[in-house]
Amino acid sequence: MQIIIVGCGKVGSTLAEQLSQEGHDISVIDINEKIVEEVSYKYDSLGVVGNGASHLTQVEAGIEKAHLLIAVTGSDELNLLCCLIARKVGDCKTIARVRNPIYSKEINFIKEELGLSMVINPENAAASEITRVLRFPSAISIDRFNKGRVELLNFKVQDGSILHNISVKEIASKLHCDVLVCTVERAEEVIIPNGEFIIKEKDVVSIIASHKKAVEFFVKIGVISNPVKNAMLIGGGALSYYLANQLIGYGIDVKIIEQDLNRCEVLTELLPRAMIINGDGTNQSLLKEEGIEETESFASLTGLDEENVLLSLYAHSKTKGKIITKVNRIAFDDVINNLELGSVIYPKYITAEYIVQYVRAMNNSIGSNVETLYKIKKDKAEALEFYVNEDSKLIGIPIEKLNLKDNLLICCINRSGKIITPRGQDCIVKGDRVIVVTTNLGYQDLADILRG
Amino acid sequence: MNYRFISYIVGWILNFQGIFLIIPSFVALYYGEDSGFAYVVTSIICLAIGVALTLKKPSNKAFYAKDGFISVAACWIVLSITGALPFVFNGEIPSIVDAMFETISGFTTTGATILSDVEALSKCNLFWRSFTHWIGGMGVLVFVLCILPLAGGDNMHLLKAESPGPSVNKLVPRVRDTALILYGIYIFLTIIEVVLLLISGMTAFDALTTSFGTAGTGGFGIKNNSMADYSVAIQNIVGVFMMLFGVNFSIYFLLLVRKPKQILKSEELRVYVGIIAISTIVIGINIRGSFPSIWSALQQAFFQVSSVITTTGFATVDFNLWPSLSKSVLILLMFVGACAGSTGGGIKVSRIVILWKDIKNELAAYMHPRSVRTVRIEGKKVNNEIVNSVKTYISLYLVIFISSVLLISFENYSFETNFTAVAATLNNVGPGFDGVGPMENFAKYNSFSKYILMFDMLAGRLELIPMVIIFNPSVWKIRGKRLFS
Repeated sequence: MQIIIVGCGKVGSTLAEQLSQEGHDISVIDINEKIVEEVSYKYDSLGVVGNGASHLTQVEAGIEKAHLLIAVTGSDELNLLCCLIARKVGDCKTIARVRNPIYSKEINFIKEELGLSMVINPENAAASEITRVLRFPSAISIDRFNKGRVELLNFKVQDGSILHNISVKEIASKLHCDVLVCTVERAEEVIIPNGEFIIKEKDVVSIIASHKKAVEFFVKIGVISNPVKNAMLIGGGALSYYLANQLIGYGIDVKIIEQDLNRCEVLTELLPRAMIINGDGTNQSLLKEEGIEETESFASLTGLDEENVLLSLYAHSKTKGKIITKVNRIAFDDVINNLELGSVIYPKYITAEYIVQYVRAMNNSIGSNVETLYKIKKDKAEALEFYVNEDSKLIGIPIEKLNLKDNLLICCINRSGKIITPRGQDCIVKGDRVIVVTTNLGYQDLADILRG
Repeated sequence: MNYRFISYIVGWILNFQGIFLIIPSFVALYYGEDSGFAYVVTSIICLAIGVALTLKKPSNKAFYAKDGFISVAACWIVLSITGALPFVFNGEIPSIVDAMFETISGFTTTGATILSDVEALSKCNLFWRSFTHWIGGMGVLVFVLCILPLAGGDNMHLLKAESPGPSVNKLVPRVRDTALILYGIYIFLTIIEVVLLLISGMTAFDALTTSFGTAGTGGFGIKNNSMADYSVAIQNIVGVFMMLFGVNFSIYFLLLVRKPKQILKSEELRVYVGIIAISTIVIGINIRGSFPSIWSALQQAFFQVSSVITTTGFATVDFNLWPSLSKSVLILLMFVGACAGSTGGGIKVSRIVILWKDIKNELAAYMHPRSVRTVRIEGKKVNNEIVNSVKTYISLYLVIFISSVLLISFENYSFETNFTAVAATLNNVGPGFDGVGPMENFAKYNSFSKYILMFDMLAGRLELIPMVIIFNPSVWKIRGKRLFS
C-alpha cells in the first residue's frame, strides 16, 4: 500500500520503520529537513519537507495514489487538518493522533464529520493498557486480538512455583484447570509448546482462558490475581487523568501525587472521586506518609523517564504491589527490561502498535485469506484470524486428528460471536473464525497450517 | 567499519562481473575468434571468488554512510582489475597497466585509450570495451540494487555514493524501485538508439557498440578515427542521443508520469540546453571557414559540443586543429559536464548553477553586509549543507586537478597535453588536445602517470569523495590497529 505519514517524531519514525519493513511504500512529511532526510534514508521511504496540511505538499508526497494518510504531528489541530485535506484531495483512509482531553469526549463526532478512519489518543490507549494490567496484576502484559475479545495473558513463572518442571499436558490433570498454554518465552526464544513441553522457572508463559478460569488458574498456582483495590499514581499528566478516570470506573481507589498546585486544582475538578495530593512525588517521606508500603499498585507516570525508573525501583523495595512504569523513549528498552520495574508502558510504542495493527488489518483484507494479523511477543510470533469457507479441508475433523505443522496452535474459535477455547475433540465448522498462533511467519491461508 | 558486509557486496559485484564477462565470449563464438577463451577464464575466476564471498550472508548488517563510500570505491577498483584481465590473457593488450587503463577508462565512461590502432583488436575485445561503458554509465551498484534484496536503508548509502550530482532524489519511495526505473529508462533509450542506427545503415555490431558508448557517455570508438567515417545522419543521431543521455534521468521519469509542465521548470535542464545552444553557435561561426556551408559547420559544432559537454568524447573531426576560441570553449565544456543524475561526468551543470548563485549572494553580501540570502533553485531553497558540499567539491576538485597536472608533468610533454590529459580523465571526457587529441592516444605516458590518470578517472566518475575516503588512513584501521603499517 502507499502510505503517507505526516510528522516524523518518535511515533512517525517507528511507524515508518515498521510499515516499510512490511513492504508498504512510505512517504514521510515533516517540516524539519534533517529529520525527513534521516527517516527517508534509514527506512527506505520518500521524504518531503513541508507542512503536512498543505495541499501541494501532500500532492508532492503522492496523496492522489495513497491508500492511507497517518497524521502524527505534535499538534492535534494540524493532524485533523491534514486528514481533512487528504480526504478532499485523494481517495484515502486517514488516521489522526488527537491527544487533547477536550476533544476526546467528542471524538466520535469528529470522526464522523471529518471522515476519519481512526483516531488515536496515545495517553488514553496507554491508560487502557495499564487498566487492563491492574485488573489482572499477575500478568506482566496482555495482548489482545479479535477486537479485544481474546486476551493473551503473559506471566512469568516465579522461582519455586508449582508450574516448575511440569509438562503442559499435566496442567489440566494435576491442577484441574482448563487453560490453554499458548506460547512460552525462554531466553529470547518463543516456543509454541506441545503437550510434552516442560515448563521451567523464569519462563514467560502466555495463556488463553476466560476471565473466570484465568483467575482460578492463578489462584491454583499461588499467584494473587484479584484486581487491585487502590492505586497510587505519581504525576498528574494527561495519562494519569485518563487512567484515574478508567480505574474509578472499575471501583479502584485512586491517589494522584502532583507537584503543581494549579494542575492539582484542575484534576480535583475533573476527577471528584480521586484523592489529589499536592507534593513532590520523589519525596520519600511523603510517599511513606501516603502509604506506599500498603498500596496495591503503584504507577510512575511523570514526564521524566529517569525519575519514573528510579521511583519504580524505590517502590519495588517498599511494596509487594503491582508496579507500572511509564517510559517515553523506546531506544533503551532492552536495558530497562532487566530492571525490576514491573510492567513497563511505552505510550509511543502503543500508539504505533495500534496504528500498525490497523494497517495490517486493512492490508490483509486485500488479497489473502487472513482476516486480521497480529504480531505478538515482540514480532516473534503471529496470531492470524482466518474465516472458514465451506470448502475448507479442516471442517468436521477433530482438532487432535488434524495433521498440523509444528510450532503452531489453534488457540481459539469464534463461532458467531462466542469464543471457544478448542480442545482436542472439538471440530471446526463452516463460518467459524479461527485464530492460529504460530512462530512460522507468513501463512496466507488456513490450509497452510496443515502438513504436506 | 563493517568489512564483512563490504566484502559481501564486493562478492556480489564479482558475481555480476562474472556474468557480464560471458557476453563477449558469445561475441567471440559468433565471429569465430579464439581470443574469447580469455573471457571464459576470467569469468570463472570472478565467479569462484564471488561465490566464495557471498556464500554466507553476514550476520552484522550495520551499514553506514562511510561503509557506502568504501564499498563503492572497493567495487570499482575490483571491477577495473578483473575487467582488465581478459585483455592480458588474450595478449591483445599485454601490459597489465595498459589493460587496466583501458578498462578503467571503459567503466568510468571516459573513453581515453592507450591503443594507437583500435581496429587491430578482435571483435570480442572491442565489444567488451564498449560494454564496460554501458555497465559503468548507470553504475554497477545501482544495477546490483535492482536485483539484490539488501536491507532497507543500506541501499541509499550506495545509491548516494555512486550517483552523480550534489544530492540524490528518489523518484519513488523505495531505493530498489528507483534503481529499477532508472535502469528501465536507460535500457529503453539505448534500444531506441540501436534501432535508429540500424535503420540509418549501421551494421549490428557497430550499432550496438556505438550505442553502448553513447548511453554510458563513454566514447570508445571502434574505428581509429572515431565517428568520422559514418554518414551525417548517423552522426546526428549519435549527437542527439549523447545530449539526451546527459540529461537528468528524473526528467524522463516526469515524462513517464505525464507531468511535462514540470520539465520546463527544470532550471538545470534549461541551463544545460542553453549552454549547448550558445556553444554550438559560437563554435559554428568560428569554424565556418573550413566547411562548405554554415549548416555543416553547425552540425559539426553541435556534435562536438554535445560530445564534450556530456563527456562522451566521440569525434567526427580532429578538433585539435580548430581555432583556439573553439578549443577554449570545448575545454570549458569539459569542466561543466552533464546534468546531475545523468550518465555523464564533469562538475555537473547543477553544481555550476548553485555555485553561480552562491557567488552572486556572496557578492551582494559585500555591498549589503547585513543582507540575508539563500540560494534558490526552481523556487526552492537549497540547503546550506548542499551549497557547502558543492564548495568542498570544487575545492577538492581543484586540489586533485592541480596535483595530477603537477605529477604527470615530470614527463616532458607540452603544457596543453598535460593539462587536457588531466581535464579529459578527471571529467571522464576521453580525448583532450595536442598530444592527447582526438586522433592521438595516452600510450605515450609512463606507468606512473597512467596510474595517476587512472585515479583521476575513478575519482571523476565516483565524484571524488569515495576515492579520497578510501585513501584515508582511518579506514584501514581495525580496532585501533592499522591494517598496513
